[in-house]
Amino acid sequence: MTYSEGDGGVSGQSLMFAATPLNMRNHRLQWLFRALFGLMTLILVVPVGIIFGVLLVRGGPAISFEFLFSYPSDGMTAGGIWPALVGTMWLVAVSLIASVPVGVAAAIYLSEYAPDNWLTRGINLAIINLAGVPSIVHALFGVGAFVIFAGFGTSILAASLTLAVMTLPLVIVATRESLQAVPMAFREACWNMGATRWQTIRTVVLPNAISGILTGVILSVSRTAGETAPIMFTGAAFFFPFLPSSVFDQTMAMAMHLFVISTAVPGAPDELKYGTALTLITLVLLMNAASIWFRSYLRGKKKW
Amino acid sequence: MKQKTIAPWTTWKAALVEDTALAIDIQNVSLWYGDFQALFEVDLQVKRGSITALIGPSGCGKSTLLRAVNRMNERLGDYVRTTGEIHVLDQDILSDDVELSQLRRHVGMVFQRPNPLPLSIQDNVLFAHRIHRADEKFNKLEEDEIVENALRRVLLWDEVKDRLGREATGLSLEEQQKLCIARLLPVKPTVILMDEPTSALDPKATAALEELIWELHGDYTILIVTHNMAQARRASEETAFMLLGRMVEHGVTEQIFLAPQEEGTADYIEGRYG
Repeated sequence: MTYSEGDGGVSGQSLMFAATPLNMRNHRLQWLFRALFGLMTLILVVPVGIIFGVLLVRGGPAISFEFLFSYPSDGMTAGGIWPALVGTMWLVAVSLIASVPVGVAAAIYLSEYAPDNWLTRGINLAIINLAGVPSIVHALFGVGAFVIFAGFGTSILAASLTLAVMTLPLVIVATRESLQAVPMAFREACWNMGATRWQTIRTVVLPNAISGILTGVILSVSRTAGETAPIMFTGAAFFFPFLPSSVFDQTMAMAMHLFVISTAVPGAPDELKYGTALTLITLVLLMNAASIWFRSYLRGKKKW
Repeated sequence: MKQKTIAPWTTWKAALVEDTALAIDIQNVSLWYGDFQALFEVDLQVKRGSITALIGPSGCGKSTLLRAVNRMNERLGDYVRTTGEIHVLDQDILSDDVELSQLRRHVGMVFQRPNPLPLSIQDNVLFAHRIHRADEKFNKLEEDEIVENALRRVLLWDEVKDRLGREATGLSLEEQQKLCIARLLPVKPTVILMDEPTSALDPKATAALEELIWELHGDYTILIVTHNMAQARRASEETAFMLLGRMVEHGVTEQIFLAPQEEGTADYIEGRYG
């Protein structure tokens, strides 16, 4: 023990409160770990910055009104990305229409109705596993289930449904978590006034969970927009220089287009590739930003 | 849960007309959470319009007993098993044909922590009313009257009349708890169960709430769980003491506090454990 009573009085200074060697060691350790954790965070953030920076520098000059709104030309070595942009929007929209109602409803069942038993736990486990299935496996499932078995052919519908299956776990988990973040006390209050589960969900639980649900939906949008594998065999075309007119058409898509011009088109200028990548990542970042803004907007309205 | 036939409101009214002396009649009730037995052959009779305090150390089963009266324990599923008989206004509430929605309309509950819904003050007061309203027609005048009456009854009207549209979660805890009582009143409950309703409140708010409880008794039968001996003594007519899941003693409050019959009661009241 380096601590002894009355030290301070002896020297006339407040030695009683001076740092002991033990304090010094604790401070050094504390500093070390702070530096360590900070460094890890930096390692995480720096690549994102570099990627975006490189894309901005090399792809930025390619971005123009012309680039965004014209068709590819000269065997995809020039021109724009308009059909791919439109195709991605189709894919995102149709897959949302399929995945959101199913996902939200399933999450409501699991969170608000399902008894806590082995079956429910099994379902939850299955959902987590579904989220871990590689996207190429989803793609093969999509080919079997939607393209061939359901007879949709390679089409926006088949591709969107494949994407929907892939993003379902995301929607379910986000929805379930935001439902469970609604305090139990609100539900108890409702049930105690004789409200049924559904009345409780409709009037209290859902309105308070909506911000989290929307966040999950928007995150699934950005995932949908960025995926290549699931649409490669199910509906995305190598080159389809028309805008789709129905869900049974094939389409081009941003992620697929980037893959194609990077690997399969000899002589495609780098500028084109970087421009496409920049457009895609900007689209995704914008959607994420929107989701963050929207969530904080809805949070701000809550008072509990 | 399987669909049950709805016990018609008229049978409840009939019971009211007969004017039974007992609001709650608990007989020989035992309750298990899985393998754990929380209540052992508990008996308790609560007179209509009275205030009865349930006291006892933590974990003695007070809250469990309280929640048995509106069958709130059942939300945990088959895990909870109840035997014995509980009658509210002579109606067997454990019977299969009891509609829980109707039971809870007549047996309201106030919680330890005020839990107004994240809606406006006005919507909180009208919540139960809207759930139980038979016709879907919206009558603004009727609703305004209900809100005013309920809030006046809990001595809250003057404080909130100018901000009925504001979020209820922005009120002070005392106001929130009063609101939680007010929202039960529009559907005309018989019994109000209170589970340590003042434990989250400061002394001044506690006094205000106790005053309100006195003010309400007579019109409503109140069964209140409390950890606060002084509160049980001040704000109840009868007191029931529970220990380890058993009903030890039940009688007029003064008698329980001044001349308890059982040693366990005396020890608890004098603070030897608890």
